[in-house]
Amino acid sequence: MADTTETPGFAVETSMASDLPERFRRSAEFVVIPLLALIVSGILFSVFLALLGKSPVGFFALVWKGGFGTSFSWQNTLVRAAPLVFTALCVAIPARLGLVIIGGEGALVLGGFAAAAIAIPMIDWAPTFLLLGVMAIAGMLAGGIWIGCVGALRHYRGVNETIASLLMFYIAVSILNFFVEGALRDPSDPNKPSTRPIGSDNMIGVIPGTDVHWGLLVGVLLCGLLYLLMNRTTFGFAAQVAGGNLRAAQSQGLPVGKLMVVSCAIAGACAGLAGFFEVAAIHGKANASLVAGYGFTGILVSFLARHNPLVIIPVAIFLGGIAASGGLVQRRMDLPDATVLVLQGLLFVVILVSETFYGRLSIFQSKGEA
Amino acid sequence: MGDDPGLMTVLLAMFAGAIRVSTPFLFVSLGEMLTEKSGRINLGLEGTLVFGAMSGYAISYHTGSPWLGVLVAGFCGSLFGALHGFLCKLPKVNDIAIGIALMLFGTGLAFFFGKPYIQPSAPRLPSISFGSWSDHPGIRQALEINPLFLLGIALAVFLWWALRNTRFGLIIRTTGDSAPAALALGIDVNRVRLLSTMAGGFFAGIGGSFLSLYYPGSWTEGLSSGQGLMAVALVIFARWNPIYCFWAALLFGAAGALGPALQSIGVSRGYHFFNAAPYILTLLIMIASTSPRRSLKGAPGELSITK
Repeated sequence: MADTTETPGFAVETSMASDLPERFRRSAEFVVIPLLALIVSGILFSVFLALLGKSPVGFFALVWKGGFGTSFSWQNTLVRAAPLVFTALCVAIPARLGLVIIGGEGALVLGGFAAAAIAIPMIDWAPTFLLLGVMAIAGMLAGGIWIGCVGALRHYRGVNETIASLLMFYIAVSILNFFVEGALRDPSDPNKPSTRPIGSDNMIGVIPGTDVHWGLLVGVLLCGLLYLLMNRTTFGFAAQVAGGNLRAAQSQGLPVGKLMVVSCAIAGACAGLAGFFEVAAIHGKANASLVAGYGFTGILVSFLARHNPLVIIPVAIFLGGIAASGGLVQRRMDLPDATVLVLQGLLFVVILVSETFYGRLSIFQSKGEA
Repeated sequence: MGDDPGLMTVLLAMFAGAIRVSTPFLFVSLGEMLTEKSGRINLGLEGTLVFGAMSGYAISYHTGSPWLGVLVAGFCGSLFGALHGFLCKLPKVNDIAIGIALMLFGTGLAFFFGKPYIQPSAPRLPSISFGSWSDHPGIRQALEINPLFLLGIALAVFLWWALRNTRFGLIIRTTGDSAPAALALGIDVNRVRLLSTMAGGFFAGIGGSFLSLYYPGSWTEGLSSGQGLMAVALVIFARWNPIYCFWAALLFGAAGALGPALQSIGVSRGYHFFNAAPYILTLLIMIASTSPRRSLKGAPGELSITK
């Protein structure tokens, strides 16, 4: 028994957890409940598949094989995880302030477009590092301003940030299509309207020994940095206070408006960076392929990670793996490609419902408090 | 008249478009209005709309009866509403987040089951001609009106009357304005909200079936482009008043018809921006019609987005 001071003599202790130190027991809640939610979603999805006459075991075996089974599938998974890390950060940072931003896809699209657009006049003369640097800054600025506007609208005009950010996603796609099919269309590509390619020499390379581009590493570092920002600085603390109780934060003199706009701008810059990497490491140009749904899966990643930047990394890899296995599942089991969407939606619902169990399962509570 | 036929064509096309495109907006916004009046917000209506479109089309294809499709779409919609209403009553479960999850889940399910129905063509809803008095083909075409549009108007008027004058209207309004007050009156708050969300889902499902069974009139995965969410913004603009919902839906329909109307007279430059008109309009309306300092007139007091 690590601590006995709080244990009332009459407490009925039946579970094994009662012997664990308090601290560990409290944090165990944040591991066990999400894991249980994952298992429950798996069971529900198995029932769904079984009702359709498909083998659940076969499905999960294929997901394992297609997402994590071989080194090839791991690399496919990690390539998909990279943009998810960024778009999840776009949800997680404003979430500290109690804002629900679901338009990260718009910032991704616009960030990728801005990066590709600013590269066009530079491709012929600029050295690679300068070109990529300017592209990255352009992507971050575009995304940051885009989502920053959502934060500003929320604070100064009281416009609901969830709806505004989604509307701005549709506007962002229109902006992309307008330029890509119009003024900035590369005439040498007759098939798919795209901007001028930045050239294979200028593309971001892969991490040595893998097929995974450097974006993943940048994403991991960014998660670490933003974790420190949100948990170890005055800024993060102020954001947390404002998220807990807006009026209290205001009456304490915290600059709530500034916090909102800056958090949203950081979030948008993350999503813009995802767009930059999609252009600079995957497509080499901006076109409609940028609208791939990473922004929407990122919402799920962030909620699964409970908006914790460090947890985002494994969750992004997990969901990246499910997405990576989609093609294999589609071919082998004759299931539509939307199967992955159904699984993601189900997972999302179950995870949200699992919120209701925090602080209510006596096994995780302080002795005498439960 | 006559000196600018292009403008006339555009205006006529926008008028026709307002009638045609507004119907899903009208149904979804009435559904959302009812749900919000009871004190909850359901962002999942976008998913409900898409699933309604798919299920309505599938039923119409299999049975040959588009009206049965409409009914089933509404029924499926109320199932999604029931799920939302049931889950949100659990403590610590956020209605906005659940709405987003159900949006993704509903869309995913619709795409999953809808795959086989992308190719085949199903019987579509008939329309009623009100334009036989005119010789102008454009006016005749504009006045080919779908019965669902008329039903939507009737529903708006009915809801406007019922929310003000009936016992049920009072119960819903009380629940939405103050849950403690409702509780003190012996009203089961969760049940009222569950039923309101189910009814809201029913309307949204019908709105979806209009998309696949009348205009554009086939089931594709890109069928809805945020109509369900625009409807949520529309309700705020309409100040939770069913009659205003109708006018707002017409306005949105006209904005949505702007792009295709301009294209029909050969203006294709900036086509993508005109297509974005409804989103830009929604955003501008939200900016103009909300305020950070005072709560909105007519807003239900329990609503999380206006608190």
